[in-house]
Amino acid sequence: MRPGALGAVVILLLIWLVLYPNLFVLGDSLREGAEWTVENYRRFAESSSEREALWNSVWISAASVLFSGLIGVPLAFLFTRYSFPGRSILGGLVALPVLLPPLVGVIAFLFLYGESGFVARTVQGLLGLDRPPWRLTGPWAILLVHSYTMYVYFYLFTSAALARLDGGYAEAAAALGASRFTTLRRVTLPMLAPALAGAGLLVFMTSMGSFSAPYIFGGGFRVLSTQIYVSKLNGDLAIAAVETVILAGVSIAFLAMLQYYEARRIYTGAGKGAVGAGAAAKQGRGTTTLLGVLAWSLTILLLLPHATVLLVSFVPEGTWTTQLFPPTYSAENYVNLFSRPEMLTPIVNSFQMATIATAANVVLAFLAAYLLVRRQFRGKAILGALVILPWALPGTVLAMALATTFNADQPLAGRFLLVGTFAILPLAYFIRNIPLVTRAALTSFRQFDPALEEASASLGASWTTTMRRVALPLVLPGLAAGALLAFVTALGEFVASILLYTQRTRPISIAILSQLREFDFGGAAAYGVFLIALMALVFMLGYGKVSGTPGT
Amino acid sequence: MKLSLEALSKRFGTTVAVRELSLEVHPGEFLSLLGPSGCGKTTTLRMIAGFERPTSGRIVLGERDVTDLPAQRRGMGMVFQSYALFPHLDVFENVAFGLKAKGVRASEIRTKVPEALARVDLTGYEKRAVQALSGGQQQRVALARALAPEPPVLLLDEPLSNLDAALRERTREELRALLKRIGITAIFVTHDQEEAFALSDRIAVLRNGELQQLGTPEELYRTPSTPFVATFVGRANFIEGRVVTRDGEEGMVEVGGAEWRVRLHSHQEGRVRVMVRPEALRIVPSQSGNGAVGLAGQVVDRRFAGANTAYRVRMAGGNELLVTVPGHGRRLEEQEVLVTAEQDPPLHAFPLESS
Repeated sequence: MRPGALGAVVILLLIWLVLYPNLFVLGDSLREGAEWTVENYRRFAESSSEREALWNSVWISAASVLFSGLIGVPLAFLFTRYSFPGRSILGGLVALPVLLPPLVGVIAFLFLYGESGFVARTVQGLLGLDRPPWRLTGPWAILLVHSYTMYVYFYLFTSAALARLDGGYAEAAAALGASRFTTLRRVTLPMLAPALAGAGLLVFMTSMGSFSAPYIFGGGFRVLSTQIYVSKLNGDLAIAAVETVILAGVSIAFLAMLQYYEARRIYTGAGKGAVGAGAAAKQGRGTTTLLGVLAWSLTILLLLPHATVLLVSFVPEGTWTTQLFPPTYSAENYVNLFSRPEMLTPIVNSFQMATIATAANVVLAFLAAYLLVRRQFRGKAILGALVILPWALPGTVLAMALATTFNADQPLAGRFLLVGTFAILPLAYFIRNIPLVTRAALTSFRQFDPALEEASASLGASWTTTMRRVALPLVLPGLAAGALLAFVTALGEFVASILLYTQRTRPISIAILSQLREFDFGGAAAYGVFLIALMALVFMLGYGKVSGTPGT
Repeated sequence: MKLSLEALSKRFGTTVAVRELSLEVHPGEFLSLLGPSGCGKTTTLRMIAGFERPTSGRIVLGERDVTDLPAQRRGMGMVFQSYALFPHLDVFENVAFGLKAKGVRASEIRTKVPEALARVDLTGYEKRAVQALSGGQQQRVALARALAPEPPVLLLDEPLSNLDAALRERTREELRALLKRIGITAIFVTHDQEEAFALSDRIAVLRNGELQQLGTPEELYRTPSTPFVATFVGRANFIEGRVVTRDGEEGMVEVGGAEWRVRLHSHQEGRVRVMVRPEALRIVPSQSGNGAVGLAGQVVDRRFAGANTAYRVRMAGGNELLVTVPGHGRRLEEQEVLVTAEQDPPLHAFPLESS
């Protein structure tokens, strides 16, 4: 096929599914009935609760950046610059929060630090209080969850930058008479700046779009993403559209900044340095022991949420009341998960929907990556932008966009009645995972010699044969790793699901939520462990094949 | 099969990679595209293969215009510089690839692949993984794969550049012998003059996208059309001189007091640049007293080079001449010498400003 024609098809598809629904929301936000107006924006600006939500979103995100950085950056230094027993194992474990699907992470915190969680019960027991010492609610609770899940960005970006930073620079500075502090301030930190800026932007963007934590822990604390959900439930679709547009606007602006820093970050990393050259920092035995203890304690702290979900999943329904630890354990919840139809159905639903979405992701990512890496055609830059755009769109924004676009049957306007049908969730999952899978395919395509495709053509193979017999087999390992990751992400997807699900196609995340509402914590945890286990499996299978995983 | 390029041009944006290139490759002939990197040789090969579309001009295979045919419908065989063996397929599947694409029956493929491998001396390698093979073996698999579908023309892009020096020389001989036996028309791209000489019947020297000269290795060496060709296909000395007399295509040129017989191009008079090959020069000690007339100079370096001896002689003006003398003869070191010119290979005059 002519690259121009194929490019046009792929671009049109993406415009229809990614850009068009968002423009539709934009249109809705600017309309009152059939008239164009900025009335809705005026209402937004005049409402104190709306302004509060926007302000809360911004400061929570800024604070999340600060706290994530305060945890992630020192951890990265600790693990790349110092040596202590178990460093390499721990260095891997520190990225564990990635293995928590958003909603599962939140419920882990609920079981752990919530008012009836293990920590609160322990403190209550130790101090002999008759009420729980705190309630896990409001902005601090949200910040806790954000810091825990998002410091990983700082940790990964900083470690990567430190690993690339030639230890020679630090040595050169020392040779020139700089003290360790001066070296850190004048050499190391400036060279880390692009990585830190990149991680900061990513955390800010992710926090702005974060839904699970404010939804579960927010209490009366409003943020923009949950406000969209509330406005939609209240039927005030115009205000919901305004909120969506503002949230999307902020996120896209941050994605643009991130792209800029991403380029800088790669640029500064161009110089190859001895990996971990700074690890030779001199340290005494006492320091080594201290650092080891510190690192292990941190790791245990980071592992607690996973351990908690695992523990709770073995607690039969209704057996754990006021005791510090659950008195009985059994595999009952797991048996129920696969034997009770009402519990098994969401798993089957999620598997079906995630499979469909991922299959579509693979086809699109393969074609888009082929075009972006191998072909020159007009509109290439547009295609490049369209495949990362969904990354900037928070789940609530995407859900709103789809909900307003695909709620009517107007084929000529590119609108179909999908809301309330089986198709809407797979479509949402597909769109959310476009950047992730495309990135995996791009990496694979860049790695193999274009002469292989030419060799195939010179041997008389048609374009389709070349794709099928040469390109696909070579791209497949990387693409499969990306697809698996997309699959498990879709399997546990919550944010778009909660706005779009139908009762007949309830996914796992909605089932977890309803188990929680029915106080069947064991059942909810069993779902959680199931998701974590699948994610861990995927990471083990695909580790190293996907470079960088865009955030949730 | 015959292959003609007719006024072939290729522009990338504003840069001209190939300009108005016309040449004809005869059936069964081996032609090299020779030139430094960036001369357009690879672009030309890629246009012939069908990977690049010419900006203008035509490519005619036999009697058929293939300019607008995509690579897969031209049927040119190609050996890539990186070999481009399919890493996910074994040797058998690599060689069978083109046959399958042609729709050859499986039973026939099973007999043809071992034949193709036997030709390149790789019998029994069918089930090997291509990455487990040595560079030389990979090169031969690439050759077997390209030849298996029996293409009318074989294109080879720097086919020997990834082999080490010792292997390269042997492979060169084997490659030429094998391709001649098959009788295929072949086009090589190379930047290595020695390789081009060893492999080809004729050579097209390219520079900045333009054809400088097309001829047999001997023609290029003995009668280069430009100073560039002269230096690219061997070593050359350039000395300024003045045309004294003219006699048809030849003439006498005064060079530093001596008069040398030089091939002149039309209309050349006055000051010229004389090109003389190192082996066309001789040196004798100044005080030999045999009345020799030559250019006075001093030996600054003497180097043993196997079959001959190479001298660097500094002339009065400061120029240096390279002189190679057969055998090892008398050692002349750091002494005043006279440089004289033989006529073989012939001397050539070029315009002063030419390059």
